[in-house]
Amino acid sequence: MSAASIAFLAWVRGPGFHIALGLFCLGLVWRLIEIYALGRDRPLAPLRRRSGASGWWTILRRSRPSAEHESMVSYLAGYTFHIGLIVTFFFFTPHIELLRRAVGLSWPSLPTALVDGLAVVTLLALGVMLASRLLDPVKRFLSVAEDYVAWGLTLAPVLTGYLCFHHLLLPYTTMLALHLASVEVLMVLMPFTKLIHFVTLFPSRWMNGEHFGRTGVAA
Amino acid sequence: MSASLERGLDRFRESLDADTAGFFATCVRCGMCAEACLFYTETEEPRYTPIHKLQPLKRLWWREYTLVGRIAAALGLSKPVTGGELADWSELVYDSCTLCGRCSLVCPVGNDITYMIRRMRDGMAAAGYAPPGLVGATRRAIELGSPMGVQLATLQAQIRHQEEATGLPIPMDREGADYLVLLSSMEIVNTPEMLGALARIFDRAGVSWTLASDAFEATNSGIQIGVAELAREIVMRTVTAAERLGVKGVVSPECGHAYMALRWEGPDLIGRPYRFEVLHILELLDRLRGEGRLKVDSTFNLPITFHDPCQVVRRGGVTEAPRNLLKMVATDVREMEEHGVYNWCCGGGGGVSAIGRAEELRLKAFGKKRGQIEATGAKTVATACANCRVVMEEAIDHYQIGVELVGLTELIADHLETEESHHG
Ligand code: SF4
Ligand code: SF4
Repeated sequence: MSAASIAFLAWVRGPGFHIALGLFCLGLVWRLIEIYALGRDRPLAPLRRRSGASGWWTILRRSRPSAEHESMVSYLAGYTFHIGLIVTFFFFTPHIELLRRAVGLSWPSLPTALVDGLAVVTLLALGVMLASRLLDPVKRFLSVAEDYVAWGLTLAPVLTGYLCFHHLLLPYTTMLALHLASVEVLMVLMPFTKLIHFVTLFPSRWMNGEHFGRTGVAA
Repeated sequence: MSASLERGLDRFRESLDADTAGFFATCVRCGMCAEACLFYTETEEPRYTPIHKLQPLKRLWWREYTLVGRIAAALGLSKPVTGGELADWSELVYDSCTLCGRCSLVCPVGNDITYMIRRMRDGMAAAGYAPPGLVGATRRAIELGSPMGVQLATLQAQIRHQEEATGLPIPMDREGADYLVLLSSMEIVNTPEMLGALARIFDRAGVSWTLASDAFEATNSGIQIGVAELAREIVMRTVTAAERLGVKGVVSPECGHAYMALRWEGPDLIGRPYRFEVLHILELLDRLRGEGRLKVDSTFNLPITFHDPCQVVRRGGVTEAPRNLLKMVATDVREMEEHGVYNWCCGGGGGVSAIGRAEELRLKAFGKKRGQIEATGAKTVATACANCRVVMEEAIDHYQIGVELVGLTELIADHLETEESHHG
């Protein structure tokens, strides 16, 4: 265990984390203002239904697959890695332990073996997502560099976390430091990439449902 | 930069709201909207992916309204939107989008892509990149009162024919009538029987109605092309006539975009709510049916299917009325696999049918509908939009598939309970 990797770990655990958290919050607030301060018009036509309520329904409804069977790969791999990310992040014992020590909040964890298996599945699903981005003509056509960056940013914490847990590839301390660093980089860049959809997805779905809801259509 | 390009970009800026910015920021480029769009499914060309049709508008937003984009622009890392680019996008924003709204229904993050394309057309038209066919239609709508150049004299001639055929009066400019009924040019020229059908239905149901000599045309090509001033003028014509005649309601004909324009966009265009209600003809007929005032004494017994006009059903929310009416008048109704709000477009909405250069693409896009119709086994397709009907009739001729189109209103008129059967 080198002194350098211990110092690195100490930095990402302390100042590094605080800087990342600060930038994440600032970035997020900035982006939300940048987007939503543009405002929206209220329609003057008499509505057929309370459209705001429709918006809330769309937030739920849009989580289920649409009728387009052609997109099944995206749906399956997409669901899998999203669920994988959420579960491994929120229900892995060391993560909960960390949070309990930091802010005193905790909840039951899932068996470590299960979370471990899910991490592998998540990594595989992310692999499928990358393959489909490279091979599917539409996705490849739409893709820009940011899509690959976002993919890497999402993969890195899961991969380093997995390697760290199994003491693979690099000394534990170094890998743990890399794991934390990858999360911090993700936090800083998240608001400025398409990954911001983790929050804007909700207002977008709501607005879509609200538009359709004006005419009484359940979107 | 040319003055018109500057005007167009200004329109782009005005069209950006929280909704649009949020949608742009949220897009994960998953490509799923492509599978929802008939222009992609029938050609498999990735450039027809719905969200891609908005690329110039998105870049303008990114360069001017986001921190990262502004920095990139200042460093010369992103190119400004050019006239040449908009010229290239004209085909994507107009020819290959019928504003059908299907993409907006499937995007997993909830982007209302159609809403944005509709708004993007404002800037495209202002910059001078609207297709000539649509520009001509809009000019005729303003100068002559109708996008197809139909004048009052033409309508009057059709009225005379239909009065003779039905033996019923077709009222014009009658003050105090309950409903002002609008028509679409397509109906006046191609299916004037619709007028006779209305006269018969309203006579049997005891509805007091009128046409207006200064506002008979419902089609709003101002909206299709994206010129708010013209769209406003066309809406205002109807509003003025309706308020002068003192009607309770204005009835939009079997035309999808006319209904959308008048019922949902009109008040925003003129900046105030109406003093009357707006109904699609099918809504009125279904209301009459519910009140027991609309009855048939015979039925259509061959297999029949229904083509949902996008603007009436998915965009307009009139989903149940056509089904209630069809069940009343037909015994073997066969729904297409994806119907109602999930229907597939005929390929000619959103002004596309008026774009000459889009014809080949439109016929190709019809492949989706063709497959749907054929799968039902029905040889008769009812619909409730004169534009859908003409578009499909042309395509059916082209492909020689031997399917008949019928307007739902006409179908009902043909089976209407007669005086004799009523008393007998
Ligand atoms: S479906 Fe939605 S998120 Fe996916 S590419 Fe289209 S607009 Fe973007
Ligand atoms: S509105 Fe319809 S035609 Fe236009 S992009 Fe969306 S799915 Fe395609």
